[in-house]
Amino acid sequence: MSKIIVMTSGKGGVGKTTSAASFAAGLALRGHKTVVVDFDVGLRNLDLVMGCERRVVFDFINVINGDARLKQALIRDKRVENLWILPTSQTRDKNALTKPGVERVLGALRQEFDFIICDSPAGIEKGALMALYFSDEAVIVTNPEISSVRDSDRILGVLASRSRRAELEMEPVKEHLLLTRYDLNRVETGEMLTVDDVMEILAIPLLGVVPESQSVLRASNLGSPVILDSASQPGQAYADAVGRFLGDSLEHRFLTAERRGIFQRLLRRSA
Amino acid sequence: MSLLDLFRRQPPSAPAARERLQILMAHERAGVRGPDYLPKLHKDLLRVCKKYMQISDDKVSVRVEELGNVSMLEVNIELPGGGAYAR
Repeated sequence: MSKIIVMTSGKGGVGKTTSAASFAAGLALRGHKTVVVDFDVGLRNLDLVMGCERRVVFDFINVINGDARLKQALIRDKRVENLWILPTSQTRDKNALTKPGVERVLGALRQEFDFIICDSPAGIEKGALMALYFSDEAVIVTNPEISSVRDSDRILGVLASRSRRAELEMEPVKEHLLLTRYDLNRVETGEMLTVDDVMEILAIPLLGVVPESQSVLRASNLGSPVILDSASQPGQAYADAVGRFLGDSLEHRFLTAERRGIFQRLLRRSA
Repeated sequence: MSLLDLFRRQPPSAPAARERLQILMAHERAGVRGPDYLPKLHKDLLRVCKKYMQISDDKVSVRVEELGNVSMLEVNIELPGGGAYAR
């Protein structure tokens, strides 16, 4: 039984695309045939983060409009087996996404894939609504910062009222919290909301905490999902999150700053 | 900046963020999930209050609170001018 998972947040710039890329790669690494679909029509970036921007010929919108077949638009990842990317159009606008069109493409993807990850655009308008409408589960990507938390709460309200599952009065979309850009040093000095603060406010189960790290920018510079950098903390945090999603019981890591002596600190700084 | 400021620590700001969010969320959730007539009721109440006192719009709040299987309508009207029903 295939599952449609939306990566959403309301707010922009919190790490939806980064998380979608890593989450999809993580599911594929665990042996599940996975596709990640870019819903950000007009501002496509998933292809860049996945490092396949030069291989895009046809896209999601071409398939919706019948200008290309699904097989022609799907890009197979060169590093990870079982992983595919469906890029979106850079030139059209979000009105190109029609509900019947999206339903038809997702239906066809369901026949082929175990997991379909929908990378949502920011906002709560058409593009974002289309990305979440057909979802079975939702990963709410949130930064420990007030505007992000507020927007996450908004998007939870939208999921509960305007998704297909809500409209058909089916079992509600299953919600997961993914806290990203968690800066341990600022949490320790009381300058950043803690995991517990955010969980208390949003009141949804925690899938993972991804620490703030330079390796995320490095990964996107290189066009490689950060989960493939298994030496990095974000890479490990995403792998854990994927594991929990698949039912592994794993303790949360990277929730407290490592204690560093003055020498280590000096060394780290000069390194 | 004086030399002293270098040693003086500002109080942490995260608790303020948390408190503001909690208040805001309670308000927004009530607003979003309450019945449709809530904004209109709010407006009508304001109009009535203004007949008897000088009061600014933000001193009248209307919200719905869910307590178990009971929904409560909570109306808060803050009288202008301070205590002892000052006007």
